[in-house]
Amino acid sequence: MSKKLLKWNEDRTLFPEKNSEGKIDVDYDSHKFMKIWHGPQHPGITGNMSLELTLLGDEVMDCETHVGYLHRGFEKLMERRKYIQCFPIVCRVAVPEPDFNEYCFASAMEELAGIEVPEAAEWLRTLVLEMSRLQSFLAWIGGQAGSLGQGIIGQWTIYLRDLILDRFEELTGGRIYHMYMLPGGVRGLLPDGFRQRMTENLDEIEKFMKDVKKVMFDNAVFKKRTVGMGVIDPAWINPFGITGPNARAAGVAKDVRKDNPYLKYPELDFEPVVGKDSDIYTRADVRRRDLLMTVDLIRQIMTKIPDKGDIRAKTPNVLHWKVPAGETYSRAECTRGEYGYYMVSDGTEYPRRINVRGPSYTHAVALLEKMIVNANIADVAGLMVSLHTYPPEIER
Amino acid sequence: MAKLNDILSPFTAWKHVVREPVTIKDPLNREAADRYRGFHKNDISECIGCGTCESICQNAAIDLVPVEGVDTKDGDSGLRPRVDYGRCCWCGLCVDVCTTNSLSLSNEYTWVDEDPDSFRFVPGAENKSWDNREKGYKKPGNGYELYNPKREAMEELEPEKRDQSFIEIVQGYSKEQAEQEADRCVECGICVATCPAHMGIPEYIKAIRNDDLNEGLRVLYDTNPLPEICGRICTHKCETVCSVGHHGDPLSIRWLKRYIADQNPAEEYKKILNTENLQPTGKKVAIIGSGPSGLSAAHYLALMGYQCTIYEKLPAAGGMMRFGIPEYRLPYEQLDKDINYILSLGVEIKYNVTIGKDITLEELHNQYDAVFSGTGLHMGRSTRVPGTDHPKVYQAVDLLRDIVLGKEVPVEENIVVIGGGNVAMDITRSLARLQKQKYGKVGVLATSLESEDIMPADREEVIEAREENAVIDPGWGPVEIETEGDKLKGLHVVKCVSVFDENRRFAPKFDEEQKKFFPADMVVESIGQGMDLSYLPEAFKEQLDMDQRGRILVNDDFQTSAGWLFAGGDIIQGPDVIHGIANGHKAAMGIDKYLSEK
Repeated sequence: MSKKLLKWNEDRTLFPEKNSEGKIDVDYDSHKFMKIWHGPQHPGITGNMSLELTLLGDEVMDCETHVGYLHRGFEKLMERRKYIQCFPIVCRVAVPEPDFNEYCFASAMEELAGIEVPEAAEWLRTLVLEMSRLQSFLAWIGGQAGSLGQGIIGQWTIYLRDLILDRFEELTGGRIYHMYMLPGGVRGLLPDGFRQRMTENLDEIEKFMKDVKKVMFDNAVFKKRTVGMGVIDPAWINPFGITGPNARAAGVAKDVRKDNPYLKYPELDFEPVVGKDSDIYTRADVRRRDLLMTVDLIRQIMTKIPDKGDIRAKTPNVLHWKVPAGETYSRAECTRGEYGYYMVSDGTEYPRRINVRGPSYTHAVALLEKMIVNANIADVAGLMVSLHTYPPEIER
Repeated sequence: MAKLNDILSPFTAWKHVVREPVTIKDPLNREAADRYRGFHKNDISECIGCGTCESICQNAAIDLVPVEGVDTKDGDSGLRPRVDYGRCCWCGLCVDVCTTNSLSLSNEYTWVDEDPDSFRFVPGAENKSWDNREKGYKKPGNGYELYNPKREAMEELEPEKRDQSFIEIVQGYSKEQAEQEADRCVECGICVATCPAHMGIPEYIKAIRNDDLNEGLRVLYDTNPLPEICGRICTHKCETVCSVGHHGDPLSIRWLKRYIADQNPAEEYKKILNTENLQPTGKKVAIIGSGPSGLSAAHYLALMGYQCTIYEKLPAAGGMMRFGIPEYRLPYEQLDKDINYILSLGVEIKYNVTIGKDITLEELHNQYDAVFSGTGLHMGRSTRVPGTDHPKVYQAVDLLRDIVLGKEVPVEENIVVIGGGNVAMDITRSLARLQKQKYGKVGVLATSLESEDIMPADREEVIEAREENAVIDPGWGPVEIETEGDKLKGLHVVKCVSVFDENRRFAPKFDEEQKKFFPADMVVESIGQGMDLSYLPEAFKEQLDMDQRGRILVNDDFQTSAGWLFAGGDIIQGPDVIHGIANGHKAAMGIDKYLSEK
């Protein structure tokens, strides 16, 4: 082992040294470096994504993200299907958060076709999007804790998430793939007793989140492993296209619900949750507070949501709906930031081009590759989860 | 240095040690939510096998398959959806789009079986434990529809604007209306099987949606050379079976057909239909009668290169279409548009020629390579109740013909029409117009054996007749026409309690206690028409295969036992324009086969 390797420099930004091409010189024959694959067997909850890591000791020197383990080709599939037939596909673009895909696709169609969605359906859509955010945050928080060794949090939050999935099942007929928002409206009004059961669930979530705060966030070990780790420089926000809690934790108050109001958000009282330090801990805390704000938003929505009314506007026959030629971009704020569908219609029964702007792509590829350098191999899963990415959304 | 609180606080987790677990002990027996999208159910007695579920399924998880015990019939393909759970993603769109609402999802979600093939099954036909479950996903209410169930309204002349003249009532669709109506079609094709001519209905409706009316015309002419006529007065059997009509208004197929024909200018037909350069075969075919079957046969034979000559007894072409259907339903100019196009293909019509009188059948046989007869049902039938021999008792078909020929038609102040079919409505409404012109008021009443719900006339005919102030009083059987010398006093009727027996045979039953008298100065009988085969020589008739009722028997090519003589239309399968057209088409192909083999 060379003397140079043993000499520890506290300023890790100097490492790894880059050559004139901006790449690190890796000489595997020197036995200083080691290449390992992180994933794709669900390290943390990062799903099918895998990282090709180059290590120097236990320190990451280089990372190449590989997202090619899904091969679903969602966007291409949609070009071969009639608009209505895209719905069973779009909800699978982000498995844990299918509703944003449904909403963005439906609203893009509605915008191109000039269709106005009934009031009741607008409220129900708002409710479903917030429910989706809530269950996604709950799934994530368990993953974040689990990736840093706190399995108990995952047990609690998966239980809490199940309560919301029960409500989804009751409202939409599905637990994971809801298929609730079709172009023109939604598929049903609130069932009898829904409000009461939802209120009980929200109470339970709020109660448990107090314990989550104590066990996870007011925890010396968690703080030791997350404070100051994985900092996103606010200067990266725009160049990397960072949105949602990842941006808000860096002090940049990006929130589509405020920046480009849609559905019934303008009628709700809320302010985006913002952090300051931009490290893993801050991002986690921003999401925890965002989760609690979502609970509050659902309470607000439930006081305003109508029990009666039309749930779907009159639309052309979905079997051969020719969406007027044009293009549009429809977006919404999901748990991970800005979700968007860029839809191009050439006036036929099939979409000409669909491009999904999922927040995972921007966060999980270039940003992760930049942030992960100099991280300890033990922190890779925690860092990765802190960006909150969903692999199917990356490889579309 | 860590804070003390950060070390102690996580121990809060221990308080949950004594908490009751929330894990479901028996997850397989957990009841799903009321709306849960579980396994499929199908009420196969309601299902018509339209296949709309199959066409919306993006996973190709649904196939329409034959099912034992389910027969193909009008309005029912005889097929039923089979679901493949290797492909299904339980999106439920098949339920939403189901035209009969027969398909639903139960909230059952557990199914254990060692045989993988069992997960491909026909719901409703293969018994499952969830078949009787009430809960599950059904098509939502509250105006939730994936296609518009409401028919695009047709603009019609107001009753007060039409009741004195014979100008056309139905105004036809505008482009926007036609496209919106065409948009409702689910392309199931149930209509195609029911249409006697098997017209490509979904294809021409699609052409309207695509605003490609030339293509629409080409599809129409594939099977029907009288689209202007059929677009107005077809009995539209297609609409009675339209799958969209099960939970909404059936598609207005007839008016859509008319829209295509109306929008294509007559002078461009030959170019659009690519019939400018037909290749003659040198063979000749004689056609007796210029009704729908004769014109249809002439059209398709002309396309195949045969020189066709139609022999028509009356001074104009069209048969019952011209001399039986009033102009307010079928204007002559539209009739002529279809007929003139057929003539433009080289078809010749010899008017005022009566077969058997001006030229014999034998002469036709000698002069032509084949003969087609489509002479129709032009003879009115009588009820034969006492009083029908009175001079003020008329036959509807005779009066309708006289109106077209411009003859003076007897019109009294009070008229009773006996009959509940379309011809009865035609004469009722025609006489109402003439009464209005002559007396300034309407005094016509139509009565029929059939009660209102089973009257054979199209519903809109009955409604429109009433709008024009005619009285429709159905459900009565004629007993006697009371007369007094030259004067006719009226019609005595008794209540008809049933028309058919349990085998659907005509066997009317009456309640003699319930009587009524309809005062009238004139009675018109319209209870059906008969054929006149007097142009067939008796000796020839004896050689010809005929059934017990005196109808000529034909094979699938509409060829008689004489070989060279083909027959079709009302005398074989009527009375119906679209049947006549279909017969003519098939006969043309049969004649071509016969002459090709000759």
